[in-house]
This record gives sequence, C-alpha cells and structure tokens, in this order.
Amino acid sequence: MLIAIIDYGSGNLRSAEKAFEHAARAHARAPQVRVTADPDVVAAADRIVLPGVGAFADCSRGLKAVDGMAEALIEAVEIKGRPFFGICVGMQLMASRGLEFETTEGFGWIPGDVTAITPDDPALKIPHMGWNTITVTRDHPVLHGLDTGPDGLHAYFVHSYHLAASDPAHVLATTDYGGTITAIVGRDTMIGTQFHPEKSQRLGLELIANFLDWTP
Amino acid sequence: MLKARVIPCLDVKDGRVVKGVNFVNLVDAGDPVEAAKAYDAAGADELCFLDITASHEGRDTIYDVVRRTAEACFMPLTVGGGVRTVEDIRKLLIAGADKVSINTAAVKNPEFIREAAEKFGAQCIVVSIDAKQVNAPGEPERFEIFTHGGRTETGIDAVDFARKAVELGAGELLVTSMDRDGTRLGFNIALTRAIADAVPVPVIASGGVGTLDHMVEGVRDGHATAVLAASIFHFGTHTIRETKTHMAANGIPMRLDA
Repeated sequence: MLIAIIDYGSGNLRSAEKAFEHAARAHARAPQVRVTADPDVVAAADRIVLPGVGAFADCSRGLKAVDGMAEALIEAVEIKGRPFFGICVGMQLMASRGLEFETTEGFGWIPGDVTAITPDDPALKIPHMGWNTITVTRDHPVLHGLDTGPDGLHAYFVHSYHLAASDPAHVLATTDYGGTITAIVGRDTMIGTQFHPEKSQRLGLELIANFLDWTP
Repeated sequence: MLKARVIPCLDVKDGRVVKGVNFVNLVDAGDPVEAAKAYDAAGADELCFLDITASHEGRDTIYDVVRRTAEACFMPLTVGGGVRTVEDIRKLLIAGADKVSINTAAVKNPEFIREAAEKFGAQCIVVSIDAKQVNAPGEPERFEIFTHGGRTETGIDAVDFARKAVELGAGELLVTSMDRDGTRLGFNIALTRAIADAVPVPVIASGGVGTLDHMVEGVRDGHATAVLAASIFHFGTHTIRETKTHMAANGIPMRLDA
C-alpha cells in the first residue's frame, strides 16, 4: 500500500509523514509513506493525504501551482474512489468555497462554505488553539474504538475558520468552542479533520491507523 | 471544551539543553530530544525550544534537534530564538516545527510579522514579547519591551506593541515578564492581563514560575490560555501531571488524558 502525502508548499509535512509512518509501522500491510509533489505518484497511490496550514486561498493557489496535481487528485478521489484524508486546511479545501480574505473555490466534495468562527462568548480567543474534545455525530469506521466525547481523548486544533457543511450527514464529529464547530467530515471514500491528527498524540495516531485499515 | 495548555520550555545551545533536565531514567539529560520525549510522555500540551546558540555556525544544530523531535513526539512544537528571516521560519517548519516565535526581529522590524504571517499563516507565528514593568510604585501601570534577553531597552509600550503585532498577523503572543524571569516569584500578572485583555489572540504567560499556584494565577488572573515554565519542570520540582492536576483542582479546564 502506497500512501501519498501531497507536498504543495504548505505545512508541517514532516510531522504528517512521521505520524503516518508511525501508524503504518503497526499496520499489517506495512504501507509505504511518500511525501510527494509528483502527480504520477498521487495517481498511483492507494491512499492520499492532503495536509495544509495557513490561509485557504494560499493553499488553493499552492496546490494549483503544482502542475497536474489538482487534476491527479480529482481523478484519484472522484473517479477511482481512492481513500482520501484532508487535514486542517487540506480538509477545508474539500468544501465548495473558502471565504478567508477572498472567496476561493474548493473541490466541492463536501458542499458548504469555510467561514470564520464566531464564538458566542466574545472573551474566547481566535484562533481556536489547543486541545479540545470531539463528539461523534455519525458513526464511521475511521472513528471505531476512539475514546471521544466530553470525557474522552483530546485533539489539537489551531484554526480561525471552519467548514460549515450544508448537509449534516457529511459531518462525522464536532467540537465546542462557544458554539458547534465541525471537527471531522466524511463522504464516500473521503474524510477530513479540522484538527491535526499528527499532533494529537493517541487520538490522532489511532485515527490515522483506522484510516489505513478502512476499506470503503 | 478547550483546555488551558502547560508548555515546558527548553533552552537549547549548540544542540544541547543548557540547564539539563533532572528526570530519572533519561539516557542523556543534555539531549533536547530525550527531554522532549519525556515531556511528551508526561502529558505536556506543547513543547517549546528556545535556541540560544550565539554563533551563526551553531544555528544548524537546532534543525537537527527539531527533525529528531518531530520523529518521536506527536504534539505541537514551537521554536524560538534567532528567527530573523522568512528562510529561518521555512527551515524550522520543514524540519518539523509547528510554530516559530519571533522576538527581536519583530521589534526591530514589525513588517517582518506581516511577511511571516502572510507566507506561513498567522497560526504558526508567535510573537514573543519580553517586557518589564517600568512605572514607579503608585503610578499607573506601564510596561516596556526589552530585547536581547532583557538587556536592551526599547522604550516601546508593551501593550501597544502587542496590539500592533496581532494586527500585523501574529496568531499568538508569548508574554515574558523580564522583571520576574528566573525569580520564582510568579508571573507579572498585571502585564499578562494587560496584554491578554488587549488582543483577540491567545496569550502564553511566561517568566517567574516558582509554584503551582503561579500556574493557576497565570490563567485565572492573567487571562492567559497557556502557561510556560522551564526550571520548575527541569529541576524536577514538579511534574507536568502534578501541575495539570493542581490547575484542574483550581477550576481550570485541563487535559488530563495524556
């Protein structure tokens, strides 16, 4: 099994690579993890990971700047149905549109806009930064066995925008920060997390392991 | 619910921990990666490396430290000290840092904050504010920025600078009270709160922790969302878990699952 982590100049690729390698080592099929800017590797990969930090529009531009990458990704996910994992802004790019600084088109896989978080308590700081618990809203194989809920394990978030999905069926888990915030989305062969699984210790590593086991 | 964060900070010089970390069972107490692993296992919410390497040639050692840490620790890592250019930030992030803290360069040239935030996103730009209380007793509180490890006076008002740093794109502020640093008398709460209440972004309180109550005060009274300490942990005075349990017992939401 080949796991491609897409390198388009955004983010903590090394952290994502090491976390997937860590989870892969414990995996029976001993997947190979490759950080790559090569669309051919993405086309050949069995699983695809799209990380991302920073602003939506920057990430979108960065992805489009890699010749053939967006096309390879769309073909792998939409046509071949390869399992896909978006992380943070990589997850937000699954939306229809991002509204950060300017309006930017996303892949449209999870209909909805990426909008600013507006906590109902004005004393709450933005970005939403730190460890928060998640609540599962929809059963999904990647969430099996995870200790979630208000007394469960924590995930590491750092973001000022979130994906407001039009269809609640696409939201697998939420978190609370002065209101409900989308934590995990999923549809068909795709999932995405607003938090950073590669920085979320046990919860993150177990989630990644589940993703590697998942056969949608 | 979002939890308050406890962040141990390690001073690193030429790739080695300066003060050493007084943990049992540590193979090499001077190796920042060993210390990072121990803190990771102990339940630290984030880690901070402060690179105090003076020589230009020694700078590359921090990248190796960050690389090796990222291989072993799956938690957020902030690196500060000597970050002056966009290229410095890029190299740290590629090595595996999640955030970088900018201090002197941000004071000298605030536009650097904007440049950094536009390039890498506000979420990974921490502006480090070293300040001292400068008003005489009985006068209105006033805090000024000091650079170069607290040696150089700038005359810049710390709260004004904090607001400006956030406007330029800082995603978080690390506020160190230079008049308390190393004293174990506790954070300068007036400074922490003045800045935390003036900006919309998270503030990390730093400088002066001597007891677990000081950690509580940083969040409860200083309005910080994270507390950073060095010697209280390194010398084994208190463990991360003791700290977090104590803070939780005082009504602060903490992550106790790690």
